[in-house]
Order: sequence, then C-alpha cells, then structure tokens
Amino acid sequence: MVLDFKQEKSVVKTNHMATKPSADVAKKVVYDTRNLNLWYGDHHGLKDINLSIYENEVTAIIGPSGCGKSTYLKTLNRMVELVPSVRTSGEIIYRERNILDKSYTVEELRTRVGMVFQKPNPFPKSIYDNIAYGPRIHGIKNKKILDEIVEKSLRGAAIWDEVKDRLNQNAYGLSGGQQQRICIARCLAIEPDVILMDEPTSALDPISTLKVEELVQELKKDYSIIIVTHNMQQAARISDRTAFFLSGEVVEYDKTDVIFQTPADQRTEDYISGRFG
Amino acid sequence: MRYIDDTVVMKRMTKRITFNKIWKALFFLATTFALVTLAVLLYRIVTQGVDYLTIDFLTNFASRFADKAGIKAALVGSLWLMAVVAPVSIILGVGTAIYLEEYAKKNKLNDFIRLNISNLAGVPSIVFGLLGLTIFVRMMGLGKSVLAAGLTMSLLILPVIIVAAQEAIRAVPNEQREASYGMGATKWQTIVHVVLPAAIPGILTGSILALSRAIGETAPLVVIGIPVILQFLPNGLLSQFTALPMQIYDWAKRPQEEFQHVAAAGILVLMTVLLLMNSIAIFIRNKFQKRY
Repeated sequence: MVLDFKQEKSVVKTNHMATKPSADVAKKVVYDTRNLNLWYGDHHGLKDINLSIYENEVTAIIGPSGCGKSTYLKTLNRMVELVPSVRTSGEIIYRERNILDKSYTVEELRTRVGMVFQKPNPFPKSIYDNIAYGPRIHGIKNKKILDEIVEKSLRGAAIWDEVKDRLNQNAYGLSGGQQQRICIARCLAIEPDVILMDEPTSALDPISTLKVEELVQELKKDYSIIIVTHNMQQAARISDRTAFFLSGEVVEYDKTDVIFQTPADQRTEDYISGRFG
Repeated sequence: MRYIDDTVVMKRMTKRITFNKIWKALFFLATTFALVTLAVLLYRIVTQGVDYLTIDFLTNFASRFADKAGIKAALVGSLWLMAVVAPVSIILGVGTAIYLEEYAKKNKLNDFIRLNISNLAGVPSIVFGLLGLTIFVRMMGLGKSVLAAGLTMSLLILPVIIVAAQEAIRAVPNEQREASYGMGATKWQTIVHVVLPAAIPGILTGSILALSRAIGETAPLVVIGIPVILQFLPNGLLSQFTALPMQIYDWAKRPQEEFQHVAAAGILVLMTVLLLMNSIAIFIRNKFQKRY
C-alpha cells in the first residue's frame, strides 16, 4: 500500500515536469466536458455543456444563484449523485477516461479530484487527524509517512506555522478562515490532481478570503483548480479562465481578461456589470 | 397620517404584558404538576420501604416471611435479562438505523418501513409478551428462560432504539459526510469514521433510556409466565429466572401489610437501578457530545 502511494506521487511529479515547459504553448486539458446534460427529476439542471478545463490553471465558474454552476462542479467529482433522482447524459473525459461511465468508481475519482466546500467542514477531530483522514482511508498507517503528509499538506495550505504547536487540538477551536485552510490542507493530503472549490470564501471575512485567494494562486502551480464563486471580483482576481453560466447553460467561456473586458455576449456583459444576478 | 395610534398602543401595552405573565404562570404550573407527583410518589415509597431496605434484603432470596424476604434472585435475574437485551437490541437497532439512514434509497417502500417502525414503538408491551410466548417460549422451545424473556424485551425496545439511533445519525451534518466522500472514502468508511463517532452519544443515550424501560417492564414477563419465587440464581441463558418488577408485583398483591413495605423496598432498589442507568446516559451525552 505504502509503495503504491509513493509510486503514484512520483508519477504525478513527472507529469508536472513534462507539461510545465510547454505550458505556454498549448496547455493540457484536464477535463473535457462533451454534451453534458443533467436532470434533477424533471428539472433540466445542466443543458448541453461543452467545456474544456486546462491543467495548472484556475478556472472560475460564475453566474447567478440557481444557474447550475455548483451542480456542474459537483458533477466533476460525481458528488451530485448524492442527490437522489439525478440523471446525466453526455461525457466528461478526465485524463482519457469518461468519469460518467459506471465503471469509473467514485472512490477512485474522488481520490484524484479533491473538493473544498462552501462552509468550512473540518471533522470534530484533532487537526492532525483531520489531515491524516484521507491518507488513512486509503490505507496508509505508517506514522512517519502520516507525519510527513500532515506537515507537507499544512505547509501547502499555508497554515503550518499557525497550527504546528497544536496539532492535537480540535480543529473546531480554530477561526473560520483557519478551518477553511485546514479543509484545503485535508484535501491536499490525498495528493489530488484537481481541486474543486465550491464558493470557498463565501463564509469567510475579507482577510481570511484574501489568504485563501493567495493560496489558490500558489496552489495552481501544482494543481488544476476549478472554483465556483459568487464574487465576480474574486473571479477576476484569481482565475485564468472564466465560464459564465446562466439557467443551466454556458453562455460564455474564455480567458478571464476577455470575459471581464470584452465579453462577446450581451448577457455576460450585463451580469459582470451588475445589471442582474 | 400615521396608522399606529400611540395612545391605543400604550393602553394595550399593560394588557399584553399581563397576558404574557399569566401564560408564563400556567406553563410553570404544568411543570410543577409533574414534579409534585414525582415528589409525592417518592415520599410515599421511601417512608414505606426504607426500613426494609437492608443488606439482608439485597442478599436474601424470596421468603414467605416478610422480614426474611429478599430481592437477590430478582436483582441478579434483571441483570441477566439486561445482559441479553442490551447487545441484541443495540446491535439490531443501530444496524437497522444505519441501513435506513445511510444506505436505503428514499422510496415508498422504505418510507413505509420507517413509518411502521415508529408505529411499532407504540404497540402495547403485552402484545410483545404474547409474541414472545408464541415464538420464543413455545415455537423455539426456549422455555421461560433468560434468553426467551431477553429476546422478547429486545423486540419491545428495538423500535425505540432504532428511532433514537436514526435521529442521532440524522443529526450529523451532511457537510461532514460530503467531506469524507470528497476524499474518496466509501460509505462504510464514512459511517465508521465520521457518522458513528458523532452519533454515538445520541445512540447510547437513547439505548440506555430504552434499556431502563425494559428493566421496569412487567407485562411481557407476566405473559411469558416467568416465576416470581425462585430460590436459586440463573446459571445460564436457558436457566429460569425472575426479575425486579415481577418480584415487586408479587409482593404488592399479597394481603399482608408487611409485604407492602417489602414491595416499597423493592421499588427503591428498582428506582436506584433506573436512576443509575439514566445518570450514565446523561453523563455520556454531556461528555461526548460533539459540537459543530
């Protein structure tokens, strides 16, 4: 088990090495969504989505409430299946395989695709146990390896210095912003390839929000990040590409500069200039 | 012009505040009623039974003579009964609750099952006694044993434990499950590492309260026909036994005045056991409750 884990680590690293130099020329696609449709019972939640998400970028998904942006994000790790009566059609190709195919187990998918939620949701356990949760469920028992993962993940989430002396304290003793960075660290501990963030700063104060935003900038060097946000300034600040969703459709998807400065669609312009939403 | 007239508002003010006070007093009275009843009951039992509550009373077997009568067989019998009821009802109850809350799909059949478990909690205990008599005592041939009575009692409190465990499991925020699933955990891992640790205080509290109901329950034991006068302790699951409420019931229905006092002493023992169990439940709830 331990060996497997180490191998996987090295594979991921070589991948980065291989793609980085050529990144400016042609970025690799992480997720290729083709004709994705999704229904909640009779409600057509996502309509014919076609979207390519690129490696080592921050992709922001914006749009008014109920436009399907969170639904789309949760489809990317099939968390949407927790809602009963959800049906999907179409394909989402992730690293050459269709994740919507029943043969792709959700457990495997979610090991590669981590998620950070809207409300900080650490477990009511110690900080250490929170971070070690993911590695443990994947079978890592060696205390030394766990220690290293915990430190590396907490450093990765820029919270190591704040918590290193109280790893055995309950994570609920931390502030909301710290809790959210613990959740990000917990997500890093499974060494994912992609990180999905569902409005990760909507429950945080401005200073904590700033810290998380800086962290996202830092993390995109090693991970591909897809972030759903209500906050358009945030999308403009931190993302490389932005997709604008409206009533279950992608209205426009382009480089963030283009979306915010010269949007092609009138509805995008109306939304980003605050005329609705 | 203003729609709200200040003089009218001020006139009504005193009236509204008085009404509030009257309601408060009524609700307080309702609470007092229960407390006073309990106090009267306790006072009567304590004054009646305290003289008979001696070490001998705890270590003697039942007797024809009131001053030699003891509760040993019944006390040990009740403990044996609990030794069967606790594991059977908690394992089956928590298992059912986990299935219903975590695995079962939300469909009509499962809604029907859920509804009926709640209904089952309201079935009179004597009906469970008849069921136990038919199935465990007669069909399975277990006789009037600890096992037969224990299984009957387990059936009786199973619905209560299931409902309590369901509520405890449902009280675990969904965000907690999502966090676990989001890292690739299976349902089972999520249940073991996230849901159960958070739900266990609630489950245990509910289970202990259900067990204390079982320890005071008489009707099913009467129907099964377990003896009231035993001069030996049970020596195994298939052994005969008697239980605290049976023994108290037997003493209370005797014509001699002294036995009323013996019965009161027996009630004191039973209530001590109940209070002990309930305090354990409260202790567990306060000590291990997780706050999100």
